[in-house]
Amino acid sequence: MINLDTRMQNVAIVGAAGKMGSGIALLMALEMAYRALEDREHTYVLNLIDMNDTALQGLLRYVRDQAQKDGEKQMNRLRALYKDRADLVENADMIQEFVAEVMLHLRTGKTLTLAKDALLVFEAAFEKEEIKFQIYNELAVVCPQAAWFLTNTSSIPLHVLADTCGIKGRMIGFHFYNPPAVQKLLEVITPEGCDPALVESAYELAKVLRKKTVPANDIAGFIGNGHFMRDGLHCIRDMEHLAEDYGFVQAVYMVEKVSRDYLLRPMGIFQLIDYVGIDVFQLILRVMDKYLKEGLHSDLVDNFIEMGVKGGQTSSGGQKDGFLKYEKGKPVAIFDPAKRDYVPMDEAFVKDMDSRLGAHPDPSLTWKSLSRDPEKEARMRAYFQTLKTMDTLGAGMARNHFEASRDAALDLVKQGVAARAQDVNDVLTLGFFHLYGPINDFLD
Amino acid sequence: MKRMSKPVYLAAGAYTLSLGTGRPEFNPKKPRPGLDHYIKEAGRASLAQVSDPAAVDEGVIGNFMAARFNHQGHLGSLMTIVHPALEYKPALRVEGACASGGLALASAIKSVLSGLADVVLVMGVEVQNTVKAIYCADFLAGAGWYDGERKDGHTYFFPGKFSDRAGAYAAKVGPAKAREAFAHWYRNAVESARLNPDAQEHFNTVKDLVAQGMTPPNGKSFTDHLNLYDCSKVSDGAASIIVASEEGWRRLGLNRQDVVEIAGMGQMAADLTAPPPDLTEMTTCRKAAEEARAMAGVGVQDLGVCEFHDCFTVSGVLLTEALGIAAPGEGADAVLAGVTRRDGAFPTNTGGGLVGYGHPTGATGVRMAVDLWRQLTGKAGGYQVDVKKDHGIMVSMGGNDKTVVSLVLKR
Ligand SMILES: NC(=O)c1ccc[n+]([C@@H]2O[C@H](COP(=O)([O-])OP(=O)(O)OC[C@H]3O[C@@H](n4cnc5c(N)ncnc54)[C@H](O)[C@@H]3O)[C@@H](O)[C@H]2O)c1
Repeated sequence: MINLDTRMQNVAIVGAAGKMGSGIALLMALEMAYRALEDREHTYVLNLIDMNDTALQGLLRYVRDQAQKDGEKQMNRLRALYKDRADLVENADMIQEFVAEVMLHLRTGKTLTLAKDALLVFEAAFEKEEIKFQIYNELAVVCPQAAWFLTNTSSIPLHVLADTCGIKGRMIGFHFYNPPAVQKLLEVITPEGCDPALVESAYELAKVLRKKTVPANDIAGFIGNGHFMRDGLHCIRDMEHLAEDYGFVQAVYMVEKVSRDYLLRPMGIFQLIDYVGIDVFQLILRVMDKYLKEGLHSDLVDNFIEMGVKGGQTSSGGQKDGFLKYEKGKPVAIFDPAKRDYVPMDEAFVKDMDSRLGAHPDPSLTWKSLSRDPEKEARMRAYFQTLKTMDTLGAGMARNHFEASRDAALDLVKQGVAARAQDVNDVLTLGFFHLYGPINDFLD
Repeated sequence: MKRMSKPVYLAAGAYTLSLGTGRPEFNPKKPRPGLDHYIKEAGRASLAQVSDPAAVDEGVIGNFMAARFNHQGHLGSLMTIVHPALEYKPALRVEGACASGGLALASAIKSVLSGLADVVLVMGVEVQNTVKAIYCADFLAGAGWYDGERKDGHTYFFPGKFSDRAGAYAAKVGPAKAREAFAHWYRNAVESARLNPDAQEHFNTVKDLVAQGMTPPNGKSFTDHLNLYDCSKVSDGAASIIVASEEGWRRLGLNRQDVVEIAGMGQMAADLTAPPPDLTEMTTCRKAAEEARAMAGVGVQDLGVCEFHDCFTVSGVLLTEALGIAAPGEGADAVLAGVTRRDGAFPTNTGGGLVGYGHPTGATGVRMAVDLWRQLTGKAGGYQVDVKKDHGIMVSMGGNDKTVVSLVLKR
């Protein structure tokens, strides 16, 4: 039996230079450096694999900068770890040495053969089935027979991947949230037939990385996207319906506003889809629909992609335009597919739309104000009780969305994707920063 | 006994604002002014108060670590940018850790006493926000004994050293009382800073400062016995004042009411490589203050205003004992009784002190002299207190009570 400590001596990350991969790379690089400092008998190697050379160089820079920040934060720990190194006296000496230590274990490369000694392989490549199949088919041959695979897939059922690629029992879902180095939530997806030792080690590793785990069942989309995709589709359909009366741009504005300000969420649904990327949204829908066959599809999303309206992030983390156009991260205009252009949300427009929605149940309450409010639970309860009684367009839309979100969550429990309501609520509060879980009695 | 061989005076004090966290002007992400900016601003503000800058005979500038914070040495030469009149005259930089400003004053006093100068422009400067706090701690640790202490020292070296003192003091007077006294010291400092537009804590709007000061220290994130409110700030700033003979200040066109006399001075250093003889006493400060008072021929009861080097709240409390304002072990009681408050028997750190105004290390000793001079000449504006006695005292301290300059001033 190879224990986790031994596996941690040789780790590979496939897709290491991507958004998720680079965060996982940072987490593992730091963890490895601390292990190596405490265990000088073994050699630690972190293989960072990505087909994009430029991005790999960016990754090394990112890890270096973040390692420095981590060292600065962990100074007391570093002073203790380096207490026998007479040559390291000042904080700066130790931080510099720590950064060198972190970088020492990294190997970068473009081919999967770099993973040939890895006993623990993370994968965070593009969310495309054919790519994942290709990768795992090759890894199955390249890696040691004892290697374990931790995939970050957001939607593809693991048993399909593992069975097809001949690594049955050796794969588990280790689904980080973006950005992996910061986000506390980790969805752990255990497919049928998974080696119990792997399951145990996966939870152990999550603990080492100080993540809060939520178990999910191996059903396409799992919990996070299981809810998000249905929530997003509901809003898109609601918006299309509303557009018949009010016009497209107007409808986007109203649904966006209601999903953010009325439901007290950190961002509106269209901003969230833009954040994730409309293209990624489409990919995940496709995969889920292939396995679940419940009509998870939107013509509108396909049209947007065809028109090249994709959202997503720039390499430096800026928001690209999608449903909305952004200036300094803030939405300022809405895409009108008929015009193939953005229509600004000017003051008159906003005023007009807001008056159509009617008064907000309590304008003093926002996601931001509530996040720091120790009384938030009681305040939200009172808020939704007010919302329940209001007879405005906005309040009606909000109730409708609230219920759709709750139903999607309840379905996840019913279908066995989540074992408990609390697990769905945890994913939404921790992974999506909602102030409340969708399964609640606020509107009862 | 040591005596001043002739009267020496302080005149024309000025200082810049203390830039750092808390000031609205401070943005860690934007470029900030450097040493030259502060030197010019403070020095020129002094010279603007005199009729003839050409009467300045010498310059001396206190600075601790510009070589590391700003990669700049040779500040004696740099200070001539204040005024063309300083060109081709003696100018030097002196260093004694956080007492560098105090040492600059001592150096100038000696120049005047020697007869080689009648007017000396004394400055102090430090620009510390060039690096993050974690590296700033390294630079400031240079005030301790690098070879003997740094390796085993705390991440935040000096907070660690004074946390040890705070722990020892808590053991002596009881942890609850000690913490409360530190919190009151913090409250007093911020209350004065709110009256001083140049203070780093000027904009502090916290309602219950004592409650904030009571925050339990957390050894994991900082130190065992001090919290962040117990610490002076990381600051950029400069201060400036003129040391002159009577002939000197007359040449500058000043009157007796514009100047204060330096009635006594105590200057000394203690063994950098030795631990303090008693963690609960500021021994060197006590001796230097005794010397200054003896030279001035005054007792504690003659002091109407004080400036203490409160690099940490615990230093402030310990200094009340070292200066004889409170008996040994009773500094906490004195502070809690309000003895050092603005309206107390010994108004102390009336412009905020190091905790409230800020601590641009090399400038601090000079800034203290400026605040005392302002109080004794009635020029302290919004933070003026009613000074009931003719004398004031300052204690400028470097390192862990290792270099000290104490001055007794007389209006
Ligand atoms: N972005 C998120 O918020 C998020 C959250 C949870 C899970 N995920 C999942 O994580 C995975 C990665 O997503 P991402 O957002 O980081 O994508 P990304 O596009 O930022 O990164 C993917 C990386 O994989 C590399 N890559 C692709 N194919 C490769 C191959 N054959 N060999 C080597 N490298 C290859 C790419 O060059 C790229 O750097 C996906 O499965 C996604 O569903 C994403």
